Amino acid sequence: MINYAFRRILSAIPTLFLLATLVFFLLRLAPGGPFDTDRVNPPEVQANLEKQFDLDKPLPQQYANWMKSVVFHGDFKNSMIYTDTPVTEMIRDSLPVSLALGGLALVLSILIGVPLGCISAWKQNTWMDSSAMFIAVSGVSIPSYLLASILVLVFSLGLQWLPPALWEGPSSAVLPVITLALRPMAIVARLTRASMIEALTSDYVRTAYSKGLTSRVVIFKHALKNSLIPVLAIMGPMVANLVTGSFIVENIFQIPGLGKHFVGAILNRDFNLAMGVTLIFGLFVVICTLVTDLASAWADPRIRLGED
Amino acid sequence: MKKFKKFLKHRLATISLVFLILISSMAALAPVITKYSYEEQNIHQKLETPSGDHWMGTDSLGRDTYSRILYGARMSLAVGVLTALFALTLGTLTGAVAGYRGGWVDHLLMRVVDLVTIFPSLLLAILLTVYLGRGFVGILLALGITAWVTQARLVRNQIIQAKEMAYVESARAIGVSSFFVVARHILPNLWGPIIVSLTFQIPTNIMAESFLSFLGLGLQPPYSSWGTLASEGFRAMRSYPHLIIFPGTVLFITMLAFNYLGDGLRDLLDPRSKRDFAN
Repeated sequence: MINYAFRRILSAIPTLFLLATLVFFLLRLAPGGPFDTDRVNPPEVQANLEKQFDLDKPLPQQYANWMKSVVFHGDFKNSMIYTDTPVTEMIRDSLPVSLALGGLALVLSILIGVPLGCISAWKQNTWMDSSAMFIAVSGVSIPSYLLASILVLVFSLGLQWLPPALWEGPSSAVLPVITLALRPMAIVARLTRASMIEALTSDYVRTAYSKGLTSRVVIFKHALKNSLIPVLAIMGPMVANLVTGSFIVENIFQIPGLGKHFVGAILNRDFNLAMGVTLIFGLFVVICTLVTDLASAWADPRIRLGED
Repeated sequence: MKKFKKFLKHRLATISLVFLILISSMAALAPVITKYSYEEQNIHQKLETPSGDHWMGTDSLGRDTYSRILYGARMSLAVGVLTALFALTLGTLTGAVAGYRGGWVDHLLMRVVDLVTIFPSLLLAILLTVYLGRGFVGILLALGITAWVTQARLVRNQIIQAKEMAYVESARAIGVSSFFVVARHILPNLWGPIIVSLTFQIPTNIMAESFLSFLGLGLQPPYSSWGTLASEGFRAMRSYPHLIIFPGTVLFITMLAFNYLGDGLRDLLDPRSKRDFAN
């Protein structure tokens, strides 16, 4: 197990390195730079700015300098737009916000998605099944800005129960978390239903029934545990999906998280900030995939033994 | 014919198919069936709520929302379908080569697939638009490059399985070239899963494009898609909710239709698969 974990961690390092390299050149070879504003700077000012950020040097050297700074000092350099702010500091301020938003959405999606999938499998081919699955299909089909608009119109502007935007205290988290959670909730519900239906045809379930256990006990005590393994296995990619979703949700609700920084950084060609945020996202996805795989290996010995 | 009857039994899938045909034809016929052009401004009829004249109201420049949604459908559907076809072609080619050749070719191609996979897809698409531009082709390529990896994995796994089958072995034994084994013998057996994955790819791409446009990073004027409309509508949401509700709902129903159609087709063409939604 430790061996397996260690090997997985080692294999993630070249991937991240490749990612950083690719994005570095992709960004800098693109037309436009951080200091191309509508108002043309005097040449001296422009030269000074470029010097300050290494932009006057040839690309390979810029790359070497940036890599050195990141690998040896853990420093992503200063943002090119908010010139006096180190990127590391901006990430430190915004990462917890994104993590809280994504984490709460993940928890909510599991808390609702798993029971929904169970009920669906339990009452297969009844009206309860088709309504639960309609909710699930709607969950992946509704664009988050439409859902967010409806929620804001009803609960903020209409009933005035919850604030329509910003990230200040628990009440402001309710609408964004619901908006973000709906899609993963739907995916979890569908997956739970599928694997539960499969589990219900297996031998151990037949044995449990023949012992005279009620279907409720069989489903929630015996079948559920095994059906959750596939759900566990998609947690990694799902977290990546949450990150993607958070771009939109942070934008809609004006939440000061990483996603908002990324969009701004791309629009303004803030190379350093964009690099920093991309790498944090990449690292995050790698860690989540790793944790999911390890958890799956722990929950299901077949995976662990197959790999070693 | 029997298969077709089985498909009709899927009531939701049938309704979805009818809806999709309907909205595609309405989009294609937009100039004929709309009273107003999508760019026709009328400053005397700004921000009107739905009425007999303007079924879905007008926007801040007095443009007819209904016309704009139909014209937006052209962009959204075109991006969705073309991107899916692009991803399908690239993914099938890569997957076929990787799966059939194996060895270092497989290893190399799969590393590329891994690299694309660890990127959250919207993030990669945004990065690529910086480079490819935000025109129709730029958006199409950016979304396609993020989307082909799922297809590549699918085809690769299927080909590796098929390679062990007796019919492939016999084809090789009588001297059929690698290209023909894959193109004539293996791929035709995979058309079911491929069509199903295409049906799930299209809505993913339409949604992704609408997200890009919503963030202001998608298609730029004069093009406008459902995402562009939603983005404009969202800013006016508080006072004029119809501007976001209409384009959003049309997109929502289209997504529902594609997902139900995909479900129906999967039951019909690819019953063993457990693939779920387009992710």
